[in-house]
Amino acid sequence: MMQPQGTQTEAQVAAIIDEFKALEGPLLPILHGIQEEFGYVPQEALPVIAGALNLSNAEVHGVVTFYHDYRSKPAGRHVLKLCQAEACQSMGSDAVAAQVKTALGIGFHETAGDGSVTLEPVYCLGLCACAPAAMLDGEVIGRVDADAVAEIVREVRT
Amino acid sequence: MGLVHEIDYGTPASRAEKQITLTVDGFEVTVPEGTSIMRASMDAGIAIPKLCATDMVDAFGSCRLCLVEIEGRNGTPSSCTTPVAEGMVVHTQTGRLKDIRRGVMELYISDHPLDCLTCAANGDCELQDMAGAVGLRDVRYGYDGDNHVFAKSWGALSDGTANMRWMPKDESNPYFTYDPSKCIVCSRCVRACEEVQGTFALTIEGRGFGSRVSPGMHQDFLSSECVSCGACVQACPTATLTEKSVIEIGQPERSVVTTCAYCGVGCSFKAEMRGDELVRMVPYKDGKANRGHSCVKGRFAYGYATHKERILNPMVREKITDPWREVTWEEAFAHIAGEFRRIQYQYGRGAIGGITSSRCTNEETYLVQKLIRQGFGNNNVDTCARVCHSPTGYGLGQTYGTSAGTQDFDSVEHSDVVMVIGANPAAGHPVFASRMKKRLRQGAKLIVIDPRRTETVKSPHVEASYHLPLKPGTNVAIVTAMAHVIVTEGLFDEAFIRERCDWSEFEDYAEFVSDKAYSPEAVEAFTGVEAETIRGAARLYATGGNGAIYYGLGVTEHSQGSTTVMGIANLAMLTGNIGRPGVGVNPLRGQNNVQGSCDMGSFPHELPGYRHVSGDAVRDIYEALWGVKIDTEPGLRIPNMLDAAVEGTFRGIYIQGEDILQSDPDTKHVSAGLAAMECVVVHDLFLNETARYAHVFLPGSTFLEKDGTFTNAERRINRVRKVMAPKNGLADWEVTQRLAQAMGLNWAYDHPSQIMDEIAQTTPSFANVCYDYLERMGSVQWPCNDKAPAGTPIMHVDGFVRGKGKFIRTEYVATDEKTGPRFPLLLTTGRILSQYNVGAQTRRTPNVIWHDEDVLEIHPHDAEQRGVRDGDWVRLTSRSGETTLRATITDKVAPGVVYTTFHHPDTQANVITTDYSDWATNCPEYKVTAVQVGPSNGPSRWQEEYEDLSRKSRRIEGHMEAAE
Repeated sequence: MMQPQGTQTEAQVAAIIDEFKALEGPLLPILHGIQEEFGYVPQEALPVIAGALNLSNAEVHGVVTFYHDYRSKPAGRHVLKLCQAEACQSMGSDAVAAQVKTALGIGFHETAGDGSVTLEPVYCLGLCACAPAAMLDGEVIGRVDADAVAEIVREVRT
Repeated sequence: MGLVHEIDYGTPASRAEKQITLTVDGFEVTVPEGTSIMRASMDAGIAIPKLCATDMVDAFGSCRLCLVEIEGRNGTPSSCTTPVAEGMVVHTQTGRLKDIRRGVMELYISDHPLDCLTCAANGDCELQDMAGAVGLRDVRYGYDGDNHVFAKSWGALSDGTANMRWMPKDESNPYFTYDPSKCIVCSRCVRACEEVQGTFALTIEGRGFGSRVSPGMHQDFLSSECVSCGACVQACPTATLTEKSVIEIGQPERSVVTTCAYCGVGCSFKAEMRGDELVRMVPYKDGKANRGHSCVKGRFAYGYATHKERILNPMVREKITDPWREVTWEEAFAHIAGEFRRIQYQYGRGAIGGITSSRCTNEETYLVQKLIRQGFGNNNVDTCARVCHSPTGYGLGQTYGTSAGTQDFDSVEHSDVVMVIGANPAAGHPVFASRMKKRLRQGAKLIVIDPRRTETVKSPHVEASYHLPLKPGTNVAIVTAMAHVIVTEGLFDEAFIRERCDWSEFEDYAEFVSDKAYSPEAVEAFTGVEAETIRGAARLYATGGNGAIYYGLGVTEHSQGSTTVMGIANLAMLTGNIGRPGVGVNPLRGQNNVQGSCDMGSFPHELPGYRHVSGDAVRDIYEALWGVKIDTEPGLRIPNMLDAAVEGTFRGIYIQGEDILQSDPDTKHVSAGLAAMECVVVHDLFLNETARYAHVFLPGSTFLEKDGTFTNAERRINRVRKVMAPKNGLADWEVTQRLAQAMGLNWAYDHPSQIMDEIAQTTPSFANVCYDYLERMGSVQWPCNDKAPAGTPIMHVDGFVRGKGKFIRTEYVATDEKTGPRFPLLLTTGRILSQYNVGAQTRRTPNVIWHDEDVLEIHPHDAEQRGVRDGDWVRLTSRSGETTLRATITDKVAPGVVYTTFHHPDTQANVITTDYSDWATNCPEYKVTAVQVGPSNGPSRWQEEYEDLSRKSRRIEGHMEAAE
C-alpha cells in the first residue's frame, strides 16, 4: 500500500530538520533546506518544524511569510528575478521588465503556462554598479539590455 | 459608580532598586532605573500619545506616536523603548513632535474605516482617542488607493473588482470576533499571546503593507492554537478584536471589582455592567493573584448565570419519583425545618447533617457549618475538599503546622526550578500556568511528575528538563526515591535542617530513605520511570537554586495521598526550600473557595481555623457565642454519612452547592445512600445530578449576585461583590439564615460583613480581617492578625508554624486497586481547559465548542490490541461499573494507562471509580482504577436508563418538559 502523501513529506522534512537542528538559529537553514528539496515550503511541513524546534505553528508561519523567497507552491523550472530597486529603476529596469513580460507572456509573481519560468521582482541584488540587474536561477546578470533579454528568454524556453 | 479606569503606564514596571530622577515637561519625577520615559511621564501624570505600547507587555517601538525630544540628544526617540537616565530633560510636546504625530496618525487613518459611530469600540478605542489627542483634522491621502478596508475597490478610480488585501471578519470564536479591516498591526495581540498567555498562537504574517495578524497558519481563531484566554482582546486598541457581548450590547457604564468563581487561582475581574446586564468580565490588573490575566472560563464562560435551565423558585416533592412542585420560600423552609426536626426526633440528633460548598463564599460556608453545629446540634458537616485536598490539610498540617500552601503566586517569579507533581496547570489553573511559563521562558527549569505527557510538559518555548511519567499510584515511591538521591548523594541542606527541623527526626528519615529499596534503580521496575531520570530530577531540584513545588489532585486523590503530601513536604525541608520567595510547597486548589471552605470549619472534626472539636478552649469560644453545647466528638464524613444512610441511621442532609452524585467516587454507592434518606435538600443553581434524589430544591445565587469573600490557593482573601440582584430572590447566605431561623435560631445578619466580623472575632488567623480592611488593601493573605497586620504572603519565614519542621517516614504501600487479567489497564482522570469540574456551569456556556463530550485517551499499542480506532465508541469497565465513551488514540498516555475527564454527566466516569480512599482522610482514589477497554456500539443500557431517569426526575408541575 502506498503511504499517504502527508506522511512521506513529513518524513523528508524530519530528515532535513535533523540535518540543521544543531545550528544556532536553525529555522532559516531548515526552511532553505526544505525549499531546496521540494522547490517550495509545503504547509504540512510547518507543524513538523514547530514541533521539532518547540515553536508554535503561528511563529513558523510568520517567518515563512515574512520572506518572499519562501514559496508556498512550486516555481517554474527557471526562476527569473528582475531588480526593481531605485538604482535599477533609474537605469531603465521598468522598460526591461516590460520587455521580459511581453516576451514571456506573464507578469510578476506568475509562472508560464508550460511551467518553464517564474518571474519575480526583487528589491536590490547588490549589483547597483551594473544596473539594471537580473538574476536567473541564482546567477546574477548585469547591464541587462534588449540583447540580454533575448538571451535570457531563449535560455528559459529551452 | 462608573467604570473603574485603570491607568495604562505603557511599559511594565522596573524592579530595580536604584532610583533615577529626570525632568518631564518641567516636572521632576523619580523612578526606578530601567523605567521607560513613557512610564516615568505617566508617573508624573503626563500621558504621551501611544498605540503599540501597553503595560502588560514589553515595549515594542513600532507605532511611532510616542516620540519625545530629549535635551542634548539627536532625533525623536520613542519614549516606550528609551530608558530614563539621571538628569535627563524630556519634552513630550513640541512643534516638531506634533507634526510627526499628526503625520503618523494620518497614515494610520488612511487605512482604517471611518465608521466610528457604528463601531463596537466607539467610546473605548485608543485609535479614536489618539486621533483626538494629536489633533488630526484631515486625511490628505484619501481612500482610493491600496487598502485593507473595503471588500471591493472603491473611490473615483474604482472598477468594482474584489480587493485582494481585504479579509472578512473571523467570527469562529464563540466569544470574540477578529475584523482584519480595523487592524493597525500594532502587534499588541501577538505580544499579549506570547508574553502574557504564553501560547504563541498569533503572528504577523507577511511584511510591510501586507502585514496582517494571523492566528496559527492563516487559520481562523477556533482552528488555531488559540486557547481563548482573551489577552489579545484586552490588548487590542481598536475594534479589531472585540467581545461579541460588546458588539451585541454596547459599551458598559459601570464596573465592579470581584473575584472569579472558577478555580483556586482566584483571579480578580472587573465585572463591566450596563444596568443589571453583564457586558463583559475584564481581568483586573491590581488583582494580586492574576496581575491582569485571565483564562477562557473566568473571562468568558459566565453565561450559565442566565441560562434557561437555572432554577429560580424553591421546589418540594414528597417522593423522588414525583414531579417537582414550586412553592414559596416560606413553605420550603417550613417543610425542611419540620422534616429535619421530625427525623431527629425519630432517629436521633445525629441523623441529619450537611455539606458546605467550596463554590460558595467563606461567609456562606461558615453559616452552613454554624447551622449544623448550632442548629442540628452535631458535627455532621463535611465539604467537597474531602474528595480533593483533604490530604493536603492533613499532610502539611502534620509536617509544617498549617493546612495551606506556603507561597503567594508572585513567588514563582523568583523560582529557579519548578517541580509540578500530579497537576496540569495549563488546563486546570491556566492563569498560574501562564505566570509559571513566563518564568520558565526566562530560564527557570521545569520538572513534571505526571503519568501523561501533558501540555505542561511541553509547549512552545517551554519544555520540562525532566518528565517522570510514573505509573498511576506510585507517587510515594517516586518522591521517596528522590529523597533517597538527595540524602545519599549528600545534596541536603544541613544548616537549614539543623536550624529549622527536628534533627533526630531527620536522622530517622535519612536512615529510612537511604534503604536500597528506595533507590531509583529499585523503584524503576514498578514506577516505570528510568532511574537516571529520577536521579537527574532530584539533583536538579536540590541544587538548581530556588526550588518550588506545585502539586494538584494527582498527588492527593490516592490511597496514599497524605503520604505523598508529607513526602513533598520532606523534599522541601531536606533542600531548605521553605520560607522565602521562589520556593515552597503549594497545592493548586481546584475550586475557587476550597481553601476557604476548609478554613471555615467545614470538616466534621474541626471548628473554623483548623481547631479540633475536642479542644475545650475552642469550643468555649463558640459555645459562649452561640449559646449551645458543641459535640466533643467529630461528626460523620461524606462517605460515612452515605454508609449510615444505607444502614438507616442517617436520614436527612442539606447540601449546598455540591453535586456529590457526579463528583464523588463510586456513583452507585452515592445514589444508594441518597435514595435511603428521607429529606435530601439540594441548594444549587441547577437541577444537578444529586437533585435527582432530592426532596427539596433551594435555588442558589451566582457569585455575581452576592457579597462575600473567597480564599484562593495562596490563602488570599478576595472580595466577591454583588453586581446584580439575585435572580432567585435570595443570596445563598440569606437562604441558610432563613432556614436557620425556621429551625428556631435567632440569627440576624444584615450583610455578609457581619458574618466576617464573627469569623474574625472567633478565629485567630482571621483576627484583623474585616470588609473595611479588604476595601483598603484589595485583598489579604491569612494569617492576618496583630502579629502579621499586613497578612502573610509567605509562610514559615523564621521557622515553622508548628515549631520544628517534622520529617515523617513515607513508606510506599501499593494500592489495593491492582491490574490483573480482567482489568489490565489503569484509568486516571483529570480535566481540560475549557470545562470546569462536573461541568454544571461550563456545559451551559459556548465553551462546549471545545469539548462537548468526555473521551478516553488510549495509547496506540493498547488500542491496536483491542481493535479500537480513533473516534470509536468503547466500553470502559472496572470492578465498580461500566460506561461507554469515545476513544482518542494518543501517545500522551503511556501503554497500560488510559485517561478521561469527568465534565459530562452522561459519561459518568465516576461509575467506574472505586471506593478506595486515602488512609488518613478518606480522600477517594480517583486517580487509579484498574479497567478494561473494549469496542462498543454506543451508550450502555445503564447510560440510557440513567438519561431516562434524569429526564423524569427533572419534571416540574405546570412546566413543559424542557426540549433539550
